[in-house]
Amino acid sequence: MSAIFQVDRLKKSFGGLDVTRDVSLSMEKGDRIALIGPNGAGKTTFVNLVTGHLRPNSGRVLMGGEDISRFNPMKRVRAGLVRSFQVTRVFAEMTPEEHVALAILQREGKSGRMAGSYHALPEVMRETRAILETLNLVALAGIPVSEIAYGQQRLLEIALAMALRPKVLLLDEPAAGVPHSDTYLIENALKQLPDDLAVLMIEHDMDLVFRFAKRVIVLAAGEIIFDGSPRDVTQDARVREAYLGSYAHASSAA
Amino acid sequence: MSVTEVSNDITDAFPLRRGWQRDLIGVGIIIIAAIAGYFLFPNNLALLTRIIAILLLVLSLDLVTGYCGVATLGHAALFGAGAYAAGIAAVTFGMTEPLSMVAIGALAGAVAGLVSGVVILRGHGLAQLVLSIAVIHLFHEAANKASAYTGGSDGLSGIAPDPILGLFAFDLWGRTAYVFGILLLVIIFAVLRILVRSPFGMLCRGIRQDPVRVSAMGASVKASLIKMYVISGAVAGVGGAFNAVSTQVVGLDSLSFTNSAEALVMLVLGGTGSLYGAFVGTIVFVWFEDIVSAANPFHWLTIVGALLIAVVLFAPKGLYGTAVTLVERYGRGRK
Ligand SMILES: Nc1ncnc2c1ncn2[C@@H]1O[C@H](COP(=O)(O)OP(=O)(O)O)[C@@H](O)[C@H]1O
Ligand SMILES: [Mg+2]
Repeated sequence: MSAIFQVDRLKKSFGGLDVTRDVSLSMEKGDRIALIGPNGAGKTTFVNLVTGHLRPNSGRVLMGGEDISRFNPMKRVRAGLVRSFQVTRVFAEMTPEEHVALAILQREGKSGRMAGSYHALPEVMRETRAILETLNLVALAGIPVSEIAYGQQRLLEIALAMALRPKVLLLDEPAAGVPHSDTYLIENALKQLPDDLAVLMIEHDMDLVFRFAKRVIVLAAGEIIFDGSPRDVTQDARVREAYLGSYAHASSAA
Repeated sequence: MSVTEVSNDITDAFPLRRGWQRDLIGVGIIIIAAIAGYFLFPNNLALLTRIIAILLLVLSLDLVTGYCGVATLGHAALFGAGAYAAGIAAVTFGMTEPLSMVAIGALAGAVAGLVSGVVILRGHGLAQLVLSIAVIHLFHEAANKASAYTGGSDGLSGIAPDPILGLFAFDLWGRTAYVFGILLLVIIFAVLRILVRSPFGMLCRGIRQDPVRVSAMGASVKASLIKMYVISGAVAGVGGAFNAVSTQVVGLDSLSFTNSAEALVMLVLGGTGSLYGAFVGTIVFVWFEDIVSAANPFHWLTIVGALLIAVVLFAPKGLYGTAVTLVERYGRGRK
């Protein structure tokens, strides 16, 4: 099977600091990958590079074989590459319903319409409602986002990603800032993602990683030091040395 | 849970109807106020007519500043372009039919909007503001230099519009001009309310709040802003053309930095991002200016300055925005 998403020898340095060193990876339809690594390893930078929010020094990004390295972020989204943000980016004065409806309208090429309202489009309303239900946000549908809890804003980030119906989804620490009692909502949402969608999730909660991922990639100091099965990651000497020590002990104890 | 039920009801049925109702009430209030103005100030119709022209400029500014978050001190360029285009069409090319003059003004304003949008949107923050100032100065200088058409610093006079539809001549008391202006204003206001509630309007509000998120949704920030700039230009252009038709002259001051800055002041005074604030701000500012400058011709600017500081410090959302917040808080407190 050919890769739907491919990153080829990506490099980025800030000043003298090499934050991304020769990173290559590929994803296939239906992949569930966890990208882990210590703070400052360059995980967010990787997402920024491949989604076009940062310009790499060298390297290529391909979607379904097409080189999208020169696309701006907007075009990459239209090619099916969607991300969420580690620190929530939402429209403070708009409601969750408006957020999701806007994402759907955008996906359908209707966000440029200068008359009417999404309320009058039954399919949009139905889908908006369904997505908000999936993420347990229906009760908050009509409240400006600035007035809802941060954990729920995190759920809205995922709702927006779902509404865009991507081919490849990059989630940057979706559970960060979500109260532990609510992470199950995020897990539920992840379970409801379409089977053929390729998902890469950056995550620190190793329990979540082991339940979610079929494949784990470890990034340390800008370099991929491990790419393999969740079973092997805790056994890998380099990973242990670079970073995982405490987790490895924790998981073998559990 | 009661919270769930309440908010479900609201999202299912109300925003649509409430939005329409509010706008119908808004249009009703404009018409009633216009009629009241006509009968209460029959000798002051010229001032009221001037307010209408300025209002169109401030509404147009609200589209780019209030809805899209673009900071500009050069918006009079769009207004002046409409005024000069209509004036030149009448004086040089003999196109004195008022509706055509307004249409020409709208077109010229749209083109000016496109040009200044392309320039101003190259910058962000402070750079954007500086570019906007450069734009208004360039427009001003261009009009000054092209004196064969614009009359230069003497202004463009001798604009003599025909009767509207061949029926309603512009009279000495400015009654026709006033009614014509009110009609233009009501139509444009209604169209703009539809626009800002549309998906496109929602997208623009999103751009103001977080352009990065908008591009991560796959929407084009730049193209949307330029589109809005063109629309805004058409609205300001109508305002300028209407000013040319109603006053029968166009001065260089219509293309001035001062005019731009005052429009921004009026918008901030009333409150950005609602279109209603533009009404409140413009009327309060011009009315205040009229009263205070008559009462104290030497210190009126000081007094206007003090008013502004008071509003920005104590009602940062503007007069209309603050009033809405207070009403909502009161409404919630009573539940
Ligand atoms: N815009 C930037 N300018 C300079 N340094 C940056 C920038 N963004 C990230 N960095 C640096 O790059 C490194 C990796 O950061 P990041 O990708 O956010 O790590 P992670 O997401 O793995 O925690 C850090 O040392 C960070 O300080
Ligand atoms: Mg990070």
